Amino acid sequence: MWEYTDKVKEHFLNPRNAGEVEGANAVGEVGSMACGDALKLTLKVDEKGKIEDAKFQTFGCASAIASASALTEMLKGKSVDEAEKITNQEIADYLGGLPKEKMHCSVLGRQALESALSNYRGEAPKKQEGKIVCECFGITDKEIEKAVRENNLTTVEEVTNYTKAGGGCESCHDAIRELIAKVREEEAPAKRPALSNVQKIKMIEETLEREIRPALQQDGGDIELVDVIGNRVLVASRGACAVCKASELTLTHFVEAKLREMVWPELTVEEVPQ
Amino acid sequence: MKTIYMDNNATTRVAPEVLETMLPFLTDRYGNPSSAYSFGGEVARDIRRARERVAGLLGASPDEIVFTSCGSESDNTAIMSALNTGKGKMHIVTTRVEHPAVKVLCGELTKRGVRVTEIPVDREGRLDMDRYRESLTPDTAIVSMMWANNETGVIFPLEEAAGLAKERGILFHTDAVQAVGKIPIDLGHSAIDMLSLSGHKLHAPKGVGVLYVRKKTKFAPFLIGGHQERGRRGGTENTASIIGLGRACELAADRMEEENTRVRELRDRLEKGLLGRIPHSRVNGGGAPRLPNTTNISFEFVEGEAILLLMDEYGICASSGSACTSGSLQPSHVLRAMGVPFTMAHGSVRLSLCVYNTDEEVDEVIDRLPAIIEKLRAFSPFWKPEGQACASGT
Repeated sequence: MWEYTDKVKEHFLNPRNAGEVEGANAVGEVGSMACGDALKLTLKVDEKGKIEDAKFQTFGCASAIASASALTEMLKGKSVDEAEKITNQEIADYLGGLPKEKMHCSVLGRQALESALSNYRGEAPKKQEGKIVCECFGITDKEIEKAVRENNLTTVEEVTNYTKAGGGCESCHDAIRELIAKVREEEAPAKRPALSNVQKIKMIEETLEREIRPALQQDGGDIELVDVIGNRVLVASRGACAVCKASELTLTHFVEAKLREMVWPELTVEEVPQ
Repeated sequence: MKTIYMDNNATTRVAPEVLETMLPFLTDRYGNPSSAYSFGGEVARDIRRARERVAGLLGASPDEIVFTSCGSESDNTAIMSALNTGKGKMHIVTTRVEHPAVKVLCGELTKRGVRVTEIPVDREGRLDMDRYRESLTPDTAIVSMMWANNETGVIFPLEEAAGLAKERGILFHTDAVQAVGKIPIDLGHSAIDMLSLSGHKLHAPKGVGVLYVRKKTKFAPFLIGGHQERGRRGGTENTASIIGLGRACELAADRMEEENTRVRELRDRLEKGLLGRIPHSRVNGGGAPRLPNTTNISFEFVEGEAILLLMDEYGICASSGSACTSGSLQPSHVLRAMGVPFTMAHGSVRLSLCVYNTDEEVDEVIDRLPAIIEKLRAFSPFWKPEGQACASGT
């Protein structure tokens, strides 16, 4: 059972502003039944740009319902400009926090708000920007980058908690890792200068020696660096690795992940015949 | 507030008769059954009796009963034993709807080079027997197939499946955690080599399980240590729980008929009552042979966790296969394997009864649940009150 705050429970059991505002002039709809949660937000904004009324309709779990209820309470009486600034973290804070696995419920609220406000301004419903990274939940690279940037996320697990991306078949985890690295680089351009080829090869060799080969040797395996071409790291398996059926998994899950972590996030590891 | 417990596939209450049998072993009779003096040796005698009682329920011989700590340990032991004694055989046949104790273990084993075939099921949760037959190869070390599904209650044709494995000389294990005590089992006339059961699913306490190992089956212990369980499972016996489990098995045999008559009627009435009162609902696995106590119903346009938490307000305990309750973001692997649409899977609720449930409790759930679904549907963006529900946006 999830540990919800009393405020989440209270908003779930007695949701405020459930339903649809009549004569709404700002409508935002996000999510889908297939995803497991969906939110439709209807607002009435007066001539002066103040939000007179706000209602929600939610398909989702207790925290999705509570987040939507909280959002409508936060919106009422605010100007459109003020509403614009509400972040998903503020929705979560209003409820005394959400379990980390449920942060995507607050993100859903923020997305519905954005969608409603652009509808109010008469903008065409935003076409999905970017390309889909997570096929299971239809999450794009832009959405992932945004969540990473706004919430300072550093791991795939955190991205899943906030956006759901990567929570299904998990085949997009590498792509998410790359997006995290990309945002991190933007944020701290000075920290990580591009590596020269010589530096890169040296760091790869060091990481192999220090981190990777000792672990493989424990299982009777080994690995040898053959060449580095751009971001392609060519290796040859030795010992038990050369005959192990699972060595392909080891290469991607362990060797590549380690090299990406320690050396350069865009490295790919390929095995070459001995 | 009174608790209405309808989650007996998750765990069950300890029967008062079971507790009574156990108490002396938690107080005065704390001797170690392996000790030489009678203060311990007499406990060994009681364990022997418990072993006979468990064997009695299964139609097995007492020597074939190995006490473990839980169903998961039994499952792990059976599968690892098959690999360790299988002379290098590297293939496991299982199903797509197994309990995590088998499913996750098999997933781990694939990382070590073991090949795993998961047999699919159809929309009602029935096993694809043709695919099963084709999947059995000379490299197959073991088949591990649940007897009855924990989420839907769907029963697999176990004897037929075990027979096919036996013809090919392949070990056959079943996770019968949900089946034991609910449907008759007679291992004396069966091709099953190993069977797992769990105490707390049949009114014994948590922390005790059994692995049945047919005589002459090659076996490698999982927990290595003392001579307990004739060297098949090291570790000092959980005496009180083992003795409790013995009594629980005896009770289960006595109550088998009630389980299949009164409990089945309660379940059927509950199911009918809910389907009749709640539009856009359907039973998952309703077209297949099922355990008498289980129903899994999907309510469209609403989400399972929200349903459970509103039921909790009335003290009603149940489970859901929705993503939010599974701790992952995808709904239950069982419902997905059955091809239940996501829109239905997210709103699934499992109610599982037992002999302690009453007519009044069933009435109350039939009374309460429609209003809960209605409340949630009232603010679901997909629900149209005039009854013309709109499934757009899926």
